[in-house]
Amino acid sequence: MSEAAPSAAETTPSGAMIRALGIAATICGLIIVSAYEGSLDAVARNKKIATERAVFSVIPGATSVREFVASSAGIAPAGPNVPEGGVKFFGAYDRAGMLKGIAAEAVAKGYADEVRVLYAYDPVKQLITGLGVVSLHETPGIGDKVRTDRDFLKNFVALDAHLTADMKAVANAIKVVKHGTKQHSWEIDAISGSTVTSKAVGKGIRDSTAALLPKLLPFVDKLKEGK
Amino acid sequence: MNLLPGKNPPGNWAEFLEGLWQRNPVFVMVLGMCPTMAITTSAINAISMGLATTFVLAASCWMISLMRHVIPKEVRIATYIVIIATFVTVVDYGIQVISLSLYEALGAYIKLIVANCLVLGRAEAHAARNPPMASVINATGMGLGFTLGLFMIGGVRELIGMGSLFGISLFGPHYQPWVVMILPPGGFFVMGLWLMVFALVRARRDHGLAAQTQGG
Repeated sequence: MSEAAPSAAETTPSGAMIRALGIAATICGLIIVSAYEGSLDAVARNKKIATERAVFSVIPGATSVREFVASSAGIAPAGPNVPEGGVKFFGAYDRAGMLKGIAAEAVAKGYADEVRVLYAYDPVKQLITGLGVVSLHETPGIGDKVRTDRDFLKNFVALDAHLTADMKAVANAIKVVKHGTKQHSWEIDAISGSTVTSKAVGKGIRDSTAALLPKLLPFVDKLKEGK
Repeated sequence: MNLLPGKNPPGNWAEFLEGLWQRNPVFVMVLGMCPTMAITTSAINAISMGLATTFVLAASCWMISLMRHVIPKEVRIATYIVIIATFVTVVDYGIQVISLSLYEALGAYIKLIVANCLVLGRAEAHAARNPPMASVINATGMGLGFTLGLFMIGGVRELIGMGSLFGISLFGPHYQPWVVMILPPGGFFVMGLWLMVFALVRARRDHGLAAQTQGG
């Protein structure tokens, strides 16, 4: 038994279908573009505030932040495009406009997702002096201890990140060691039970310092007055 | 029972209550389980996600209902998805304006509201067949019911899993949190417990009604 073909009256004309989709797409396009345009300034402002808060939390005493790019050509204020081989970082300044420290992001794959941290760097002493978490989706109660574990955070009070004499590389690559076995000032004592996340923090900082510091330190005098 | 006599027509109130309680999306229809399990690690995340979904539900059902006479059935699903995706995008920008930390906490699940079966289900089952006002009331009830469901799970998980509610510590520094409650299995435990409570309440009510009928 064959089914009867739909009559012309039952069939929706192609024009009606295209018109409906066109009307929906046009209205939706207008709504999306309006929402994007309307929220652009507020989102940019929120991102700036969030960046400043993160930098101020790792560099106490700083009151303003400027974003720069370090490349083999030197240091320049960050623009919308990062030059090839360039590394972004933040310069933090006090009320008098003097450089308080450098902050840079470090990223590495953790247990569940990327671990993104912000570390503070003292260019005079060539030490990492603080650590803050930007984004972390590790197991609650286990991997997220890197936010709060006091012993782990003590690693970043004066973590050695000196450059070699020719300023072309970090003298001693930052390394994560098993809990309780730290011997050198460039080693990070891992959290027992959160080794993967501890290693991710260490790897992120090692990669970031290796990429940033040889490009930054030869030109750091340019940053000292931010006025 | 009309709880607000004279304020709302009974039809509207019934539309609103349908999703809020009688056909609660989480505990009765068991819809939208992806955000229900993933987002409910804290009460504030649960409420934020619930309200974001409520906005998308109400706005998309309103627009679908307005356009119901010009959308041919052959292209209705494509049209609904475009409309739903539009309001999800609006919510996505809106949350970035309200709080970047909340945006970070909710992560990809804001975008996944597009794929929430509750939203497309309401569009197909209600908004496509009813006038805009009834659709918005029904969708708002469903959305608030979803929010209530997420909060009932998220509140319990945060309370037991972190010893706090809305970030405020309730049990003091010596409380040892049950971390499992904020891990994925915790979502299933709490969901199962709430479903058991609802089943018990329903069974007792049915038993009471049966006893009344026999006695009457």
